[in-house]
Amino acid sequence: MIKAVSPPAAKTSGYRIETRTRASHAVTAVASALVIFLAALPSFAGRGIIEELIFVFYMAALAQCWNLLAGYAGLVSVGQQAFVGLGGYLLFALTIMAGIDPLAAIVLSGVLAAIFAVPTALVVFRLRGAYFAIGTWVVAEVYRLVFAQFRQLGGGTGTSLGPDITNTVFGIDWVKSMFDVRAPAARDIISYWAALALAVGTISLVYFILRSRLGLALGAIRDSEDAAESVGVDNWRVKLTIYVIVAAATGMIGALIYLQTARISPDAAFSVLDWTAYVIVIVVIGGIGTIEGPLLGTIIFYLLQHYLASFGAWYLILLGALAIAVMLYAPKGLWGSVVGRYGLTLFPTRRRLVVQKGALRSYRQEA
Amino acid sequence: MAVWANALIQGILLGGLYALFAAGLSLIFGIMRLVNLAHGDLIVLAAFIILTIATWLGLDPFAAMLAALPIMFVAGFALQHLLLNRTLGRDLLPPLLVTFGLSIIIENGLLELFSADSRRLHGGAIETTSFALGPDVAVGVVQLLTLASAVAVILALNVVFYRTALGRAFRATSDDLEIAQLMGIDHPRIFSLAMGLSFIVLTIAALYLGMHANFDPTIGPQRLLYAFEAVIVGGLGSFWGTLFGGIIIGIAQTIGAQLNPEWQILGGHVAFLAVLVFKPRGLFPRTTD
Repeated sequence: MIKAVSPPAAKTSGYRIETRTRASHAVTAVASALVIFLAALPSFAGRGIIEELIFVFYMAALAQCWNLLAGYAGLVSVGQQAFVGLGGYLLFALTIMAGIDPLAAIVLSGVLAAIFAVPTALVVFRLRGAYFAIGTWVVAEVYRLVFAQFRQLGGGTGTSLGPDITNTVFGIDWVKSMFDVRAPAARDIISYWAALALAVGTISLVYFILRSRLGLALGAIRDSEDAAESVGVDNWRVKLTIYVIVAAATGMIGALIYLQTARISPDAAFSVLDWTAYVIVIVVIGGIGTIEGPLLGTIIFYLLQHYLASFGAWYLILLGALAIAVMLYAPKGLWGSVVGRYGLTLFPTRRRLVVQKGALRSYRQEA
Repeated sequence: MAVWANALIQGILLGGLYALFAAGLSLIFGIMRLVNLAHGDLIVLAAFIILTIATWLGLDPFAAMLAALPIMFVAGFALQHLLLNRTLGRDLLPPLLVTFGLSIIIENGLLELFSADSRRLHGGAIETTSFALGPDVAVGVVQLLTLASAVAVILALNVVFYRTALGRAFRATSDDLEIAQLMGIDHPRIFSLAMGLSFIVLTIAALYLGMHANFDPTIGPQRLLYAFEAVIVGGLGSFWGTLFGGIIIGIAQTIGAQLNPEWQILGGHVAFLAVLVFKPRGLFPRTTD
């Protein structure tokens, strides 16, 4: 099995394994400052900006999730809308039927989505490659059709969250008095913080998974499934772990999205276009298999949507054409092109061998 | 009893339509492992082209379909030649994403050109003609013609595949691309011809799509799923398997609908997943991945 290299032992033998780079030290500082700034934003930004940023945060989180799944674990799923919709419906069920606080329900939806993901994985993991892609899509359709059967949740037409639920979310009184706003704006601020937490959380999750033992195993699988298996990586188990973690995160994001919109229907919640196609386009435009790529892709997608969405069908035609163009001319995405040219990484996950001065000579003498 | 017999017969006939949706997909998936996510939208596009030709020239849908065939063959050849051949390789993602993009472009292009209104291809008297097979079981002529066309298309594809030089090249590239290249097969051209052939088949499917029920620009992805289910249930590389797979999905849908009208689509999906749990490679696989 792969063992993490323990720093003290490594130091005496004259080399270290490093993942950090000089750029990444600066990034840690800038990113921390940025997160603090974003967290404080509601005290001076208007409601419009807050709502736009909620969208940016959850799309960025979804993009990170899909990237972890497809870019690192090789599980090209076209059915992640299954977990977005599941999370949304679980939030509605938990708050409407069980009377649970919406914020607690977001976390609980994630846990339940992970539980649902296990039997789902047992079915779709029977399939590989293209079959897996189609299989996940069909499973998402099954989820959509099954949730359309629940009369208590509005059946095929869907249902809404009443103000009795959305206006009693945890901390809303504090936000109302703190920022001196009315209930709807206070609700947005709480959703905003939750979305920020989820976006930062998924980025950190992906970063720490990739730097952990699990990340090493993923890298080995990506390079060669057979070779990974031969050095003791349990491919099936590693992929299942990633699938379930991603399902939990995706479920929480879905729950948040539908807490924010306060209205759910099977067709919207399980939409392949909104929750998978756009996400794939974001990841691929930005650069699959990197942490920076999906973030860059989200910003580009947001700008396109912000300035061009009023063109309706033409906007979508442009988006489709852009996806095709990127795949043909820059298959590693925009960030991939940056890495290829300048070797820049902001979130370093690659392990580099750093040999200390003189270590090589002393090693030779010993030998 | 009669209702179940009726559900079974209607399911088999519906399966003929799904087999037609699936045959073109089976062809290209079998030869070049290309996952064409735009296949459903291409069928809808073909239906709109047939509709346009029928309206402009005042033809009936069958004649309009024949007129559309050469256009669609050239379109398929060009699509593969100019775009899709550049995405093929070991990686699954490029063709997936390019055809996804294509699907979005076609759907929204059709919405711009034709609006979201439902259309239908009107075939005249045969639309309403049916035979009574028993007191409670009736079979529509269009439905019967669909199944007959599906069988004819499968037969024709088998003849092309196993009796012609082109079919030999198809099978060779499907079995082993590298060896086929060594034997002097110009595989980009073979792939382009295969896509052209696939477009011919999907144009025939489009005719029956338009005569069976209303269609609008947004229904493509659902048809794609039925088609893929038929291909995967039948097994990779077997055209008869695809026909059989289509019939299984069709029967599962009509039986689901018989149990509860809202369960029609669900029935097909559940049958698909059930087959995959027990036979992940489908029922009659001929080639391996």
